[in-house]
This record gives sequence, structure tokens and C-alpha cells, in this order.
Amino acid sequence: MVRFFGILIGLFFAGMLVYSFGRGAVEYISNPPVKAVEYQFHEEPKDVSFTSDGPFGKFDNQQLQRGFQVYKEVCAACHGIRLVAFRNLEELGYTEDEVKAIAANWPIEAPAIDPATGEASTRPPIPADKFPKPFANDVAAGAANNNAIPPDLSLITKAREGGAPYVYSLLSGYSDPPAELPEANRPGIGLHYNAYFANLNIAMAPPITGDDQVTYSDGTNATVSQMAQDVSAFLIWTAEPSLVKQKQTGWAVLAFLLIATILAFLSYKSIWADVKAEKKKKEA
Amino acid sequence: MSFPWAQQYKPATEFGQWMDDRLPIGRLVYNSLGAGYPTPRNLNYMWNFGSLAGVFLVVQIVTGIILAMHYAANADIAFDSVEHIMRDVNSGWMIRYAHANGASFFFIAIYLHIGRGLYYGSYKAPREMIWLLGVVIYLLAMATAFMGYVLPWGQMSFWGAKVITGLFEAIPLVGKPIQELLLGGFAPDNAALNRFFSLHYLLPFVIAGVIIMHIWALHIPGSSNPTGVNVKGKQDTVPFHPFYTAKDGWFVGLALIFFTAMMFFMPNALGHADNYIPANPLSTPAHIVPEWYFWPWYAILRAFTFDFLFVPAKLLGVLAMFSAILVWFFLPWLDRSPVRSGDYRPRFKKFFWFGLIPCIAILGYCGGAPAEEPFVMMSQLASAYYFAHFLIILPLLSRIEKPEPLPNSITEAVTGKPLQQAS
Repeated sequence: MVRFFGILIGLFFAGMLVYSFGRGAVEYISNPPVKAVEYQFHEEPKDVSFTSDGPFGKFDNQQLQRGFQVYKEVCAACHGIRLVAFRNLEELGYTEDEVKAIAANWPIEAPAIDPATGEASTRPPIPADKFPKPFANDVAAGAANNNAIPPDLSLITKAREGGAPYVYSLLSGYSDPPAELPEANRPGIGLHYNAYFANLNIAMAPPITGDDQVTYSDGTNATVSQMAQDVSAFLIWTAEPSLVKQKQTGWAVLAFLLIATILAFLSYKSIWADVKAEKKKKEA
Repeated sequence: MSFPWAQQYKPATEFGQWMDDRLPIGRLVYNSLGAGYPTPRNLNYMWNFGSLAGVFLVVQIVTGIILAMHYAANADIAFDSVEHIMRDVNSGWMIRYAHANGASFFFIAIYLHIGRGLYYGSYKAPREMIWLLGVVIYLLAMATAFMGYVLPWGQMSFWGAKVITGLFEAIPLVGKPIQELLLGGFAPDNAALNRFFSLHYLLPFVIAGVIIMHIWALHIPGSSNPTGVNVKGKQDTVPFHPFYTAKDGWFVGLALIFFTAMMFFMPNALGHADNYIPANPLSTPAHIVPEWYFWPWYAILRAFTFDFLFVPAKLLGVLAMFSAILVWFFLPWLDRSPVRSGDYRPRFKKFFWFGLIPCIAILGYCGGAPAEEPFVMMSQLASAYYFAHFLIILPLLSRIEKPEPLPNSITEAVTGKPLQQAS
């Protein structure tokens, strides 16, 4: 009985699927799908490496500090890093006093309550504060940016397919639209052509416009590519502050497990030796 | 029940004797996982994944309990509470990545465990109940994993919850009320998040309970083995401890090496970037995909593109997806071949390796790909084969196939010498 009904159900499902496949195949052949224009012009992220890549990767604190400088001078006006606290900057090699100064001089104040009146007010941030958001809310962010809300950057290298190389490519990948780009895909008002962005047209104006937009205190030459790479490295850190610690812990754990597993394997071998010996006789 | 030659539990201490007379818990362990459980001597490494799945369930429960101490199941702060764990909780990142990747490793173990059962006919008499309980465990694990993925309240969490609960909407008449009951509202929101958290915490303990029954049922006939031949004498078996505890033990170490390599060096490789964007009901991700372990079923769901009479394609897809798993409940009665092991079934072996395995691999690949051609056509063919394999090929195969001769005993298969029957 089970098999009889089983075969009937199987014939029904398989038949439906083969029929759907047939209809789909006919449609596919008679009407081959055209790749969307976005696909033809879209480019994969550039091949770029970071010191934190790979199982032995480490952050380059000099680079992270430069990246933070780019973030502060270029990105921070529109993009927050709301999950990061000023105190976390000490991990980049800033001293406690430097962090205090960075917080106190941050152009956006932290929300607070006026102790005298109890009304909402603001005060200069302290190291324990998270970075204040540049806009009070999404409505304000949209209103100030042609209705495109600038995303928070705390997790951006983890929240985009392609990670940090994508962020780097996007920042350094603005160009004029190619001549053969159809009219419908050309950037409209308030949009900018960028082949690395999914639909080619991004609301963000080119943030890094030319060399020496920031002046690095360590003397590094501030090319567009250098700035884009530094800020991408900084955003790897904001997304995963414990990245290096994770890898270091990983090696310690692997070393322990390797030894433990070898010991366990040897004890397995010795426990089974007699039983296996019988099997060996067969092969001999 | 056990074999008559099983070693008997003898308490080593006076206290052990005292306990054994009152609460024989030591005896229970001894007979279940200790020397009191005679196990076939010829188990290969495919028999290691049951205990491995158990280990990963424990990893999930332990890390999960710790995460729950810091996580806040509230739609407003859930996402940030996960980031709080990642950034501010001591070693919180380790606990979270262990939990996120542990789910994947649990499913890797469980899939290989199921695959073992399919190939070696472990579902056949007298082990049907073990198999049925196993399918129940799998269903519970899928529900648990799905709800767990919703908890970080990222974009994929939100839209995954919307799509999966939306499946129930396809059921005529009662579909809409069922969906609203599952979500506690019309769309995923705080009510849904809270009940998912509650159930996500509850179900693993239900799974643990069903696993106890799974093992209990296993100990009635004892373990199957790669020849599929019944245990006939003492020589065919070795005591579970120390033989299989040692084998399972080192293999768990090997699996943990892969697991830790994953969680420390590429913790997000199996996740989706969109889940690091906070849930936003107003912005639909370009491709909504579930976690990899659901991809084959997701491909079957999306393979139905045409209405059948008055049955809409979506409902067909939902029915097919659930049937694809429910068919496993009938497997012991669909495959009537008296030979258990695929090693001795020449035709079954071909259908298994060149039919079922590639078919599931294709379904898995297509389930993770966008719903475009040619992936839809590929999933249609693979789904058709999937149903044909279980519902048509297996029942007919057991009638026409001539199995190869079986060894007389496990001992003979291993040593080449006949089993010496104890007088």
C-alpha cells in the first residue's frame, strides 16, 4: 500500500517537475534571458590585500591611525560608526590622553540631559561614549542627503559582499559613465557612476576626490588609492576589533587540539592493535 | 536487551554498589556507552558522525546558554546586543562564532549520519524506529536552526523569517491564521522574535530527549554495520568502551580541528553579509537565501513554477518541500530489499552515487543561487530525480535487483576465517 501510493505521489511530483522543466526549457531557448545592463558594466572588487588578511594577519596600527584620520576628515560628516567607542581607539596605539582629546574635540556632540533643567541637550563626548551619530535620526539623514540615508560604517566591511576590497574599490572606483552605457542606466540627478556599485549609480558623491585630500602626519603620500586603502583597513578594524586576537587564539587552540588529537589517535591505535592484527592476517 | 556475552557491570567500590542497589545510573551508562554494549567490530568511519553530532549539540547548548546571558530578545536592541557580545563581552566573539559555526558543523555531522543510514540501509528492520526518531531529530534541528538565525535580527534574519513563515500562507483557508500564529502578528516583529527565542532555547532540550529515545531504540537491536549482516557471535563484536570510545574520541578531535579552523580564521564564510545590516522591513535584500543546510529544500520549493489545475505553484512547492523530508518517514517500507548494505546491492549503489548524491549536490547549489535560469531548470530536474529515487526507483529496485552474496558473518568479512560458534 505504502509503495503503491508512494509511486503515485512520486509520479505526480516528478511529472510536474519534468513538465515545468520542459516549459522552462522551451522558454529559455525561444526567449533566452538577457543579462541585465547592470551585469555587463558591473565590476568585481579590485584585487587588494590588507595586512590583516590571512591566518597570520595583523593590523598595522600606523595604517589604522591614517585610516581613522581619513574617516574623521572625509567620512564622519555623513557616516557614523555607532558601535565603536572612543575608548576603543586605544587599540590603535593612541594614548589615553590622546583619546580624551579626540573625544573632546569631536565635531559632533554626544546626546545628554541638561543637569539643570532635565531637558535634552548635548555635551562633548568622553572616551566611554560611542561615536555620536552624525544625524539625529533616519529622517534627518535622508533629508540632508537627497533621501539616500548614509549607512553606518561600523560593520560595513562585514555587511557587504566582497568585504574590505569592495569598500576600497568603491571609494577609488568612481569614473565617468562609459560612452556605450544606455541612457536608462546613466546616473540621474544626485547620482554618481561607480562600476563597483550593484546598480552602477550611487547616491554618495565621490568622497575622495584627489591626492593629498588629507595630510598624513607620518609623511605617507596621500594618494587616492592610499587613502581608500587606509580607511578600508580602519573599517576592517571597526567591524571586527578582535580580528587579530581571534587568529592568535585560533593558533593556540589548533596547537592544543593537534597534540590532543594525535595522543587520542595513538591510544586508539594501541587499543585496536589486537583486533586489527587479526585482520592483517587475512590480508597476508 | 543486549547480547548474552555482554560484559556485566560490577561496581568497583562499596559506594558504587550502594548506588547500584538504589539508583543504577552507573549501570545505565555502562550498558549504553561503556563496556556493556557489544558493538560490531567492523564499523567504518561513517559510523562516527552520530557521536559527533551529539558533541556539536552539546557545544551548541553550552555556547547558547552563555549567549542567552548577554543577548536581548527585543526587536529594538537584539542586533546591538549581538554586537555587544562581539565587542564588549569577554571572549564573547568566541562564544558567538562557536555557536554560529557550530550549527553548520552539527548539520554536516547530521547529514553524513543520515547519508550513512541511506547507503547502508540502517533504516531497515529491525531498526525502523531509530530511523523515524532520527527524522524527528532532524526536523526539530531544522526548526531550531531556522529560529536561531532569526535572533541576530539582521536583514537575512528578518526576511528569512518572513519568507519561511510566508510558506504557511500558501495552505488554503488555514494558512493565513497559521502564519499569524507563528509570527504573533502580521509580519515579523517583536512578538515573533520573542517566541522564536523562547522556542530556540526550548527545542534543543527536546532534541536531547529524542536523542535519548534514539539511542534507547538503538540498543534494542544494537548497531548496524557496513556488511549489513546481523551480529552472530561474540567474535563479531567488541565492547563499545574502550574500542569505540577511543575511535570516536580521536575523530572528535579531528572534527574540532576543522571546526576551530573555521571559527577562528573564517568565521563568517558560511554566513551572509546582509545579516550584518540591521533588520529593515522597508528594504528587501536582492537575494533572500537561507543558511546553506536548507539549500536543497529551498531549491525544491522554488522548482515549482506552474499551477496544477486549481493548486497554485507556491502551494505545490511547499507541499513538495515538506514531502521531500516526510518521505523519509516511509523509507523503511518503500525500500523492501532484504539486503541492508549498499555494498552488496550493485544497482542501488549506482543510483545512490550517480543519482541521489549528485542530485542533492545540484539542489544544494541551486538553492543558494538566485532564482534565475538555468538554476531553476537544474533544480527541476534534480527535484524530479529526488522524488523518483525515493518513491519510484527504490520500491521497484528491491523487486528486480539481484544482490551480491553476503558474507556469512562479520568476523568472516573482516578476517576471512569463519565465525567460531561458541558451544
